[in-house]
Amino acid sequence: MKLYEMTKLIRSKNAGPFIITIDILFETEELYRKVVGTGVLSKELISELYRIPKDDVQMYLSPNALAIKFSYPRHVPTGDFYDMDLYGCQHHAPLVNLEVPVS
Amino acid sequence: MQKEVCVLAASGMLGSGFSEDTLHKALSMKPDVIGCDAGSCDPGPYFLGAGVSRASRAAVKRDLRLIVHAGVENGIPVLVGSAGTAGGNPHLEWTLEILDEIVKEDDLHFKLATIESEISKEKLIEYFQAGKVKELYPAPELNEKKIKNFTRIVGVMGPEPYIKALEEGAQVVIAGRSSDTSIYAAVPIMKGLNNGPAWHAAKLLECGTGCVELRARGDCMMAWVREDSFSVEPPNAEMRCTPVSCVSHALYENASPFDMYEPGVVLHMQNSTYTAENDRRVLIKGSILEHSKQYTVKIEGAELLGYREIAIGGVRDPLILRQFDTYMDGLIDAIHKKIKISTGFDKDDYKINYHVYGNPNQDDPKEIGVLFQVLAKTEKDAHSIMANAWHLALHHPIKEWSGLQSQFAFPFSPPAISTGAVYGFCLNHIIEVDDPLELFTINYRQF
Repeated sequence: MKLYEMTKLIRSKNAGPFIITIDILFETEELYRKVVGTGVLSKELISELYRIPKDDVQMYLSPNALAIKFSYPRHVPTGDFYDMDLYGCQHHAPLVNLEVPVS
Repeated sequence: MQKEVCVLAASGMLGSGFSEDTLHKALSMKPDVIGCDAGSCDPGPYFLGAGVSRASRAAVKRDLRLIVHAGVENGIPVLVGSAGTAGGNPHLEWTLEILDEIVKEDDLHFKLATIESEISKEKLIEYFQAGKVKELYPAPELNEKKIKNFTRIVGVMGPEPYIKALEEGAQVVIAGRSSDTSIYAAVPIMKGLNNGPAWHAAKLLECGTGCVELRARGDCMMAWVREDSFSVEPPNAEMRCTPVSCVSHALYENASPFDMYEPGVVLHMQNSTYTAENDRRVLIKGSILEHSKQYTVKIEGAELLGYREIAIGGVRDPLILRQFDTYMDGLIDAIHKKIKISTGFDKDDYKINYHVYGNPNQDDPKEIGVLFQVLAKTEKDAHSIMANAWHLALHHPIKEWSGLQSQFAFPFSPPAISTGAVYGFCLNHIIEVDDPLELFTINYRQF
């Protein structure tokens, strides 16, 4: 299944001027557990998709919120000359159609 | 009966609006304080650097008028934090001008406190030399020479300056840059509840109705803080808080969903429990507050990077689109050469960059949008460089066509648009202080 089909929201946003944070909020506890169980959503994946060293990626599992969360440093700070996404709100796009081996 | 403090957040952001009916409903629930955040670093460094507000003057006046009336008429303290978006002195003055108008027009009488949060470059250098400035992650490099070039620096205050102002009898407090939570934690702390529930409630309140299940619109939010728990409920009956909506909000704009670093404290939310009290109200327990050994104040700074001009153009010719990336590389090279010849500027004197909207490499892209931007030391230089750049782009040839070619569909006359000064955030640091008040100046005025 594609990740968006199992979630109620995938979003990204600035967490201060220097960090991007991505929230993946699942529809049900079952889907949350299944996706976490596949190990597909990992620091390695974020490192690869966003060209960030793996050790700079933070990953959190929040079972209460049925959420997986990643935070990583921005390549350029918000509003810098080379920044093209002031609020960091479209960084989640590469995850939306991600295929996850869950049926 | 257990001690309970009721905190009202008028809105997620002063000027973003709230319903007047909701405010009246909230007032009937007898809040102990009305808070409203008025700023954020989220809209970027421009507002801090340029000393202007993101929110419209009319919208801020409308919201401020309603909450000041509500506070003064009901004897409830009103706390506004991060005035004018960035909380520097010009932002504070802009907000006070609006307040002055309201006071005169409506003949209001109360004691006002204003809290300045701007830090001079000289003062920051003193702290830097004393080794009191520490890096957060990731931090831009800092040295004295760099500090001398900063445009504006603010300290992000904790709840202590608000408490001090209230203890001195202020009815309305307009504060400079402030942590969002400090606005809402101040009164519970003043009343003896410096605990996990107070700070966690403040985190939920800081976006107004951001923590409801379906945010139909920005509106008021309410929390009741106690010794060992707190409850949240939106005063607007059309919206509701659920355990999931509240726990999800701890994720929003925070790098960590479990630990929140605030002036002087760290809030731990990992073991918090969320229980529905009814279909609109949630009870939250188990949030833990850790007091930091060293009190620190986060600082924010903006520096001038230069002046920008932009031009937007569309490309539809399939012969250009099929070789788009190499075409653009050649174009940028040609622009650098033309600028050197026509203006004398070297490549290092300015920056030119383009961003492509759409994907030229997909089948039949139809049209690709290109945003060009130039950054130079002065507005005049930026204009001179962009005037050459866009006109060169217009006629930059491809070998498949012969004769004079025109390639970019510019939507406007003039094609080049000045966006003015460009600022950058230049600090991700904290200052170690002996006293939470030492970076902030409180002034009083009787209306």
